[in-house]
Amino acid sequence: MGTEARPVVSLRGVRKVFGDNEVLKGVNLDVGPGEVVVIFGRSGSGKSTLLRCINLLEEPTSGSVEVDGIRYEAGPGNRRRRSAMREIRSRTGMVFQDFNLFPHLSVIENVVEAPVTVNRMPRAEADRLGMRSLEKVGVADKKDEYPIRLSGGQKQRVAIARALAMQPEVMLFDEPTSALDPELIGEVLAVMKDLALESGTTMVVVTHEMGFAREVADRMAFMHEGNLIEEGPPAELVGGARDPRTRRFLEAVL
Amino acid sequence: MNIRDRLEARSAHYSFRAKLAVVWILIFVALAVLFAAFRFDTAFMLQWLPFILAGVPLTILISIMGILLAVPLALLGALGRLSRNPVFNGISGFYVSFIRGTPLIVQIFFIYLGLPQLAQYAPGPLQGLFILGTITSGVLALGINYGAYMAEIFRAGIQSVGHGQVEAAQALGMTRTQTMRRIVLPQAIRVSIPPTGNEFIAMIKDSSLVGIVGTQELFFRASKIGRQYFQNLETLVIAALIYWLLTSIFSYFQGRLERRLARGYVREGGGPHGH
Repeated sequence: MGTEARPVVSLRGVRKVFGDNEVLKGVNLDVGPGEVVVIFGRSGSGKSTLLRCINLLEEPTSGSVEVDGIRYEAGPGNRRRRSAMREIRSRTGMVFQDFNLFPHLSVIENVVEAPVTVNRMPRAEADRLGMRSLEKVGVADKKDEYPIRLSGGQKQRVAIARALAMQPEVMLFDEPTSALDPELIGEVLAVMKDLALESGTTMVVVTHEMGFAREVADRMAFMHEGNLIEEGPPAELVGGARDPRTRRFLEAVL
Repeated sequence: MNIRDRLEARSAHYSFRAKLAVVWILIFVALAVLFAAFRFDTAFMLQWLPFILAGVPLTILISIMGILLAVPLALLGALGRLSRNPVFNGISGFYVSFIRGTPLIVQIFFIYLGLPQLAQYAPGPLQGLFILGTITSGVLALGINYGAYMAEIFRAGIQSVGHGQVEAAQALGMTRTQTMRRIVLPQAIRVSIPPTGNEFIAMIKDSSLVGIVGTQELFFRASKIGRQYFQNLETLVIAALIYWLLTSIFSYFQGRLERRLARGYVREGGGPHGH
C-alpha cells in the first residue's frame, strides 16, 4: 500500500454492541486502493460484523466509517446519515455467503437492477455493462436463466457480477465460499483471484480459505474477540506471527 | 387369507382416480336421494330457474369490483402494518382490527343507510358522494371488508421474503422504497396470489349479503321468489347450486393460475446443476 495514497476504506474506533454483547471493541482499519485485505479468525470473533459495518448493513454503535471520501459518523438516524449510508453503499459491492440473488429476476436482470434503479442508467447501457460483468465472471451464457436453475458456484459468480455492475470502489466478500459444495469453491476463488490480480480491485475478504489468503492477500488481519489484534503480509504473518493467539489459530488451520 | 387381505388385494387392481370417481358418484347418488326426500316442486323450480340465473352477472360483477377495490386497500393495509410511521401504522392497524371485528352485514348497512345521514354536513356538491346506490354500497362494503382480511395475507407475503433479499438490495444502494417496490413486493405478490384466489371465492358467496339491501343479484332473486310463493327451500337450493357451480369454475382457474405461477420457481428442463 502506498502510504501517501488516500485509503479507500478507513474505519476509526468502530464499536458495535448487540444488547450487552460488545461484538466490535473499537476497530481501526485502512484499506488502500487496489489492496486485498483478508480478515480471518474464529467464528464469533466479529469478522462478518466488521465487514458489514463497512457498508453500514450494521450501523456502528460508535466510531466512524469512511469509504471513497464519504464519511459516516455513528449516531442516531437522520437525513444526512441516511444519505451518507446510501452513498457508501453505492460505492461498495457486497457478496454474501448465501448469494441472495433476486429469485424473481433473470441473471441479467439481477445484474442491471441496481445500475438502472439506483444510478438511473438507461437500460441499453446497463445491459452492455451487465454483460461485461457477466463475461468477467464467466457466466454470460446464463444471462436469461433464473437463479434457481444455476449451480451454487454460478449463483455466487452472478452475485459477484451484480456487485461489479455498480462499479464499486471496493468489493466486500462475506465468506463467499462457505455455502458451496467443495467442488464448486474453486471456480469462485478463481474469479476472485482474477479480480484481485488482473483487475486490481480493492477487496476486503472474510474467509476461511487460507490458501486463497496466502496467495492473493496483500495483508491478512487476525480478528479475535472483537479486536483486530495483528496484521501483516501473508509471508510475514504465516510462520512469523508475534501474538501467540494468532500463531495458535494459524497453526490450527494450516 | 382373511376377508380384509382379499379386499386389499382386490382394491390394488384399481387406480386411486377410479376409486375417487366411485366415491364422488356415491355422494351424488346420496344427494339425489336426499333431494327426492324433500319432495321439491321441480316444475316450480324449473319455471323460476331463468329468473334466478339472471342474477349471476350482477353477482360476478359485484365480486370482481369488490376484489379490485380490496387488493389496493389490502396492499396499503399491509404496508401500513409494517410501517414505522406511527400515523400510517396506527390507521392501518385500526382498519384491520375494526373491519375484521365487525360483521360484514353491519358494514353494508352502515354504508348504505348510515352514510346518507352524514350528507347534511357535507358541502352541497359533495352530498351525492354520501348517498350511494345498493350496488355501489355493496361493492364498497365488500372491498373494504375483504381488504382488511387480505391485508394480513399481503403482510404475511411481505414477511415471507427473506431478510437476505432486503440486505442484498440495500447493499446495492437501493432506498427502502426501491427495495420494497422492486425486490420485496414482486416476490410477496407471487406467494399472495393463491390465498387471494381463496378470498375471491369467498367473496362470490358473501356478495349474497349485498342482496339484503335490495340488489337484484342471485340471492335476492332466489329469496324474493321463495317468499312470494312460500317455497323458500326450492329457490334457495337453486341459489346454492349456482353458487357452488360458480365457485367451482373459479377454483379450476385458480388451480391453473397457481401451476403457472409456480413455473418460474421450479427447476425444469435440462440440467439445473449443469456447469
